[in-house]
Amino acid sequence: MAKVWVYAEVGPEGPHPASLELLTKARSIADTVEAVALGPGATEAAAALGDHGAQAVFASDDPVYAEYLAQPAAHTLSGLIQEHRPNMVLFATTYDSRDVAGRLQARTGSTLMANATDVLSLDRAQTQIFGGGTVVDVELSGPDPKLVLVRPKSFPAEPSGGTAEVVPVNAEIPEDRKRARRAERHEEAAAGPKLEEARVVIAGGRGLQDPGNFAILEELASAIGSAAVGATRAVVDAGWVPYSYQVGQTGKTVKPEVYIAVGISGATQHLVGMKGSKRIVAINKDPDAPIFKLADLGVVGDALKVVPKLIEEIKARKP
Amino acid sequence: MNVVVLVKYVPEPHGVPKLGEDFLVRREGVEGALDPGDEYAVEAALQLVEAHGGEVALISMGPEEAMAALRRGLSMGADRGVIVTDPVLRGADVLVTARVLAAAVRRGDFDLVLAGVESTDGSTGTLPMTVAELLEIPSATFARKVEVVDGSLRVERQTEGGYDIVESSLPALATVTGSAAGPRYPTLKGIMQSKQKPVEQLAVADLGLAAEDVAPSQRVVAVQAAAEKGPGEIIEAGDDAAARIAEILSEAKVI
Repeated sequence: MAKVWVYAEVGPEGPHPASLELLTKARSIADTVEAVALGPGATEAAAALGDHGAQAVFASDDPVYAEYLAQPAAHTLSGLIQEHRPNMVLFATTYDSRDVAGRLQARTGSTLMANATDVLSLDRAQTQIFGGGTVVDVELSGPDPKLVLVRPKSFPAEPSGGTAEVVPVNAEIPEDRKRARRAERHEEAAAGPKLEEARVVIAGGRGLQDPGNFAILEELASAIGSAAVGATRAVVDAGWVPYSYQVGQTGKTVKPEVYIAVGISGATQHLVGMKGSKRIVAINKDPDAPIFKLADLGVVGDALKVVPKLIEEIKARKP
Repeated sequence: MNVVVLVKYVPEPHGVPKLGEDFLVRREGVEGALDPGDEYAVEAALQLVEAHGGEVALISMGPEEAMAALRRGLSMGADRGVIVTDPVLRGADVLVTARVLAAAVRRGDFDLVLAGVESTDGSTGTLPMTVAELLEIPSATFARKVEVVDGSLRVERQTEGGYDIVESSLPALATVTGSAAGPRYPTLKGIMQSKQKPVEQLAVADLGLAAEDVAPSQRVVAVQAAAEKGPGEIIEAGDDAAARIAEILSEAKVI
C-alpha cells in the first residue's frame, strides 16, 4: 500500500495554501495520504488538511518549531518517518520547508528533488528547466521516502470532503538542535492585495531605470484596483523594493488573470515565477527581450511613456 | 575566525546551459565562471575576516575547469582553495555533492560556513542545508546581512513578508542572498597574488567516502519541449498601445 505524506507548513493564518495543493496531488498517487504539521496552529489546521485528503495529521503545536529554524522540524520529521515509513514526502517550496527538506535528506539518506512542477508516481517527478522551456522527467531511486519539493500553484487544491484523525506528536527536541533562534520578526508589509492572490500583477525590472519610477507601477495598481506590484530579482537585489516583491524562482509564484511586465527582459529566474499567468502583457524597449516570447501582447517602447497613458485610459474607462 | 565558502563553477552563468546526450548539463569544454550568487558569500566572508581576523577558504566540487571559479574567489581575497575533482562525481545529485563538500569542510577547522542561496544553473537551494545537517551544525538561510557579535552568528534573514533576526551559536552555516553587500571586483594585485595561493586538489578517495556514498539517485529519463503558447502580437508603443492593454484588462474583467 503506497503511502504519501505531505509536510504541511502551518502559521497563524492556517495551513500554507500549497499544502492543500500537495494533498490533492497525493490522492492521485497513493491510497494512504497523511500530513505532518509542526508548530503553533498545527492541530487547528488538521480540519483543512483533512478536507483536502489527509486521512491522518501528525500534529504538534509546540512553539519550538516556530522559534528555532529547521533543526527541530527535521529532527521530529525524521523520527516520524522511521516509525511510519512513508514511500514519499512532498514539501511546498517555501523558505522554511526548503530548509527542512534539505536537512531531512541528510538524515534519511534518501533523495530530494527540488523545483518539481508535477509528481507522476512514487518514483518519478517532473520539473521545468531553462526558464520553463524544457520539461524533464526525473527518476528517483535509492531508499524511501523519496523527498520532493514542489513549486506552489503547480496544481489546483480540491477538497475531498474528508476528515483527518489527529495524531498528537510529543517529540523531545534535544538542546543541541535548538541553536538558530528567531530573535525578532519584522514585517515590511506592502499595501494592497497580496502578490499571490491579486488578479492583476504589475512587475517592474531594470528597464525602469530608477527606483523612483516604481511609483508609476503603484499608481497603475491603484487605478486598476485589484492589482499588486511585483519585481524581478535584479531590482530587489539592487535594493529598489523589499524582497517580498520578488516574483520568480527565489520569490513568489504568481498566476494572475493579467500579468504586466514593465521593463523586464525575462531572465529564466523570473519567467518560472510568472509564466502560468493567464494573460501576459510586456512593455520593453528591446524588441529581442525574451519576455516577448511569452507575451500575449508585447509593446516595444518606453515604459515610462506607456504606463502613464495606460493609467489615463483606465481612469477614463471607469464609470 | 575561519570561514569556509562553498563555491560552484557554473557553465554560462548569464546564458542558457545545454543538456548533453546523456541528459546531464554540459560542464566540460564550456566557458564558465564562479556562480554570481556565490560572489556575495565570498564578499561576506572577506568582510567578516577583515573585522575579526582569520582566514577564508573556498571549497568546490567540479571538473578541472572549476579551478576558474576558485581563482576568481582567490583574486577577490580568499586565502586558499580546495577542489574535489573526480570522474565518479559526474552527474552527482545534491545529496552526493553535499556529502563530498561536508567531508571536505570537516578536514579543517571552521567557525562559519557560507554559501549562496542557490546555484544559478541547478537552483535547487537545498544543498547548504544538507551540508549543515551532515556537519551537525545550525544554519540560517536567506541572509541579507551576516555578522558575528560576541562570538555568535547574527543574521537578517529575508522572509516572505519582511525579515527575521536569527541568532545562533558557532560553528554554523548561513546562505547569503544577492541583497547582501555587493561583491568587490578583484584588483590587479589580487589577481597576481591569487596565482601564489594554495589550492588543494582532492579525489573522492581522499575524503573517506565509499562508492555508494557518491552514487546519484536521480536520473533524467525523458526530456521534452514544454508546451508553449505561441508568441502573441508585438506592437510599437504608439497612441493605441495603452488602449490595447486596457482592452486585455477589460477582457479579463479586472477593470
